[in-house]
Amino acid sequence: MRIQEHPILGTYQKGELVPFTLDGKTLEGYAGEPIAMALKNAGIMVHRYTKKEHKPRGIFCAIGRCTDCVMVVNGQPNVRTCITPLEAGMDIRTQYGVTAQQPGGKAE
Amino acid sequence: MKRYDMIVIGAGPAGLSAAIEAAKRGMQVVVYDENAKPGGQLFKQIHKFFGSKEHKAKIRGFHIGEELLAEASALGVQVVLNAIVIGLFPEKEITVKIDSHVEHIKGDTILIATGASENMVTFPGWTLPGVIGAGAAQTMMNLHGTLPGKRVLMLGSGNVGLVVSFQLMQAGCEVVALADAAPRVGGYGVHAAKIARCGVPFYLSHTIVSAEGEDCVTGVTIGEVDASWQIIPGTEKHFDVDTICLAVGLSPMSKLCDMAGCAMEDNPGKAGFVPVVNAYGETSIPGIYAAGDVSGIEEASSAMIEGRIAGIAAAARLGFISQEECKAQAAQQEEALSGLRQGMFAPGMRGKKITETEEGVAISENLLRHGFVAEDEIERFPGVTHNIGVHPVIECTQNIPCNPCQDACPKHCIRIGSNITALPSVNPEQRCTGCGMCVASCSGQAIFLVNEDCGDGTAEITLPYEFLPLPEKGNKGIALGRDGKTVCSAEVVQVRSAKAFDCTHLLTMKVPKEFAGKARFFRKEEQA
Amino acid sequence: MNDRNRKLKPFVPQPDDDLIVCRCEEITKGEIRRAVHDGMFTLTEIRRYLRTGMGLCQGQTCTKLVKGIVARELGVRPDILEPSTGRAPMRPIAMEVLAKDREEKAT
Repeated sequence: MRIQEHPILGTYQKGELVPFTLDGKTLEGYAGEPIAMALKNAGIMVHRYTKKEHKPRGIFCAIGRCTDCVMVVNGQPNVRTCITPLEAGMDIRTQYGVTAQQPGGKAE
Repeated sequence: MKRYDMIVIGAGPAGLSAAIEAAKRGMQVVVYDENAKPGGQLFKQIHKFFGSKEHKAKIRGFHIGEELLAEASALGVQVVLNAIVIGLFPEKEITVKIDSHVEHIKGDTILIATGASENMVTFPGWTLPGVIGAGAAQTMMNLHGTLPGKRVLMLGSGNVGLVVSFQLMQAGCEVVALADAAPRVGGYGVHAAKIARCGVPFYLSHTIVSAEGEDCVTGVTIGEVDASWQIIPGTEKHFDVDTICLAVGLSPMSKLCDMAGCAMEDNPGKAGFVPVVNAYGETSIPGIYAAGDVSGIEEASSAMIEGRIAGIAAAARLGFISQEECKAQAAQQEEALSGLRQGMFAPGMRGKKITETEEGVAISENLLRHGFVAEDEIERFPGVTHNIGVHPVIECTQNIPCNPCQDACPKHCIRIGSNITALPSVNPEQRCTGCGMCVASCSGQAIFLVNEDCGDGTAEITLPYEFLPLPEKGNKGIALGRDGKTVCSAEVVQVRSAKAFDCTHLLTMKVPKEFAGKARFFRKEEQA
Repeated sequence: MNDRNRKLKPFVPQPDDDLIVCRCEEITKGEIRRAVHDGMFTLTEIRRYLRTGMGLCQGQTCTKLVKGIVARELGVRPDILEPSTGRAPMRPIAMEVLAKDREEKAT
């Protein structure tokens, strides 16, 4: 959810509202904001499923340290979405394990 | 190979301050930071800082960040962002990743100001989406205008946990509880009091039993711990939450120092593994300095001064100033620094149990246990007095280095004296005009203006208010006590906003006069 | 900690042994405790043995947690355990980038 007006910070500077896709579904976010923020505001909590235990992970540190929020962005795996700016038309996919491979995709 | 007089690693409060001092003295300085924006954590700090004028007290952290950046840029300091220092070598050489290249750069002096990283705790479900660090919550709210969640449980009662809890409420979240495994509130009492009076329950000696949820957090269970930190069966309490925020301390990010070969120590007083430094912040490798949280966890205010001292020392090392000048200039900074390191929360006091203030007043046990000063405790503090007409009531009950209230009062009603940690007292000889400057200047939001008897059976209480929507004159609602519980009905009679108050509005409410000493917060009646 | 004759109490399973400690490599508390009993007394050894702190985040989150668990298992204070060796690169970095090592161009 977005904060409309903040008692100390007022309103926030935002970029242009642009479309992007998550697992093929079109969503919207502000260009230049971290991908993770656009997803969070679209109600998305799960960024990836882990390799061994297949457990869901999402935003944890939000400053690019913990690497829990990594996803497959434009085909590239392990992109830290909390510090990667959103661009119009980005193809973002839930990450499974540590590669770009999607479920049902060809074996490693 | 490119060479600079000084390389600074980290563009936070310490790094920028050092760069400013070095550049002022004629040095060519470059600052590398791995983030896309400079300022470190300063831009997430939206509360007013403590200290005195020289420490930039009562200025909000993000404004201090803006000042530092402007100063650095005016002095020609080069700040390179998205630049990750991946190696530091004893020959005072660094390797830094910029864009898609690794570059080697030499510095005649190097300052390591890499700051700290958050500690974490484990519990079943701690890897679920919705469990986040307190820093993450700050980043989402204060930089990106995004609510971390609707209902939040905060773990940790240190200053970070307390400050972030307040910020969560400012952003519009509900903080359902604040828990800490420790038996006493770790942070400033004034920070605790301002969230307790909004109704946040404190659970000390409690920790998280488990986070619940399949794909993300849907609830949390906390339980009371015994002396050996084990959960006492039967004490479990459940809350429906979508977010669990962890604020369980910081550790110095000192790996680069270690890698360079600086002598290191594991120092619990500094909250972790830190480089051994001298009074100027110089490590065991001459010309390599460390300042800020990387050399011991403290506040941003002290990080800035440590940075300044290191900048001055580096200038002397390279001959930009003389040793005598260095001594004199550093001494000035050291005095400011020692001012900040006084009182109950000084670095040397970590883990010590304090029973009374410097003035000999027994400290509030209730504050440490529940986050607010109990009614039968508040009267013993020197800032709490009774008088005819409007007068300040200062609920500042711990010795912390902070004194803006003393200078804020144009009538000199408030006295702290030269000892910056002394509890403020009220001079009954001076006439309070009710201007409210003290209320707005108190970084701890601990000052109220009270008129105990308006002559018509009512009392008026003016309190600091930093939430939206801002109540208006004539709004009816309830007055809450220090414990956040309903005291009586109340009506807003005045709301003052001024540039000098810096977003702290002064809300004056009218309550029956018998509640003058109890009512400390206002909540507007919910529209049915 | 290099005293290999150090006598440890026997390994006793604990109810929270399945807690994930290293989030990246998904190493549990039980695995770390077991590794100590397997003779891994230093943090560097634990790291090499289990890959704790060797995943994507490079130990940003678990370093202190692992240290606490190992210290408890050895019956020593955590602050006497030497941290694992720090070496470049301090952050995860693509091999491609490492290969493009160069000196900063004179500007």
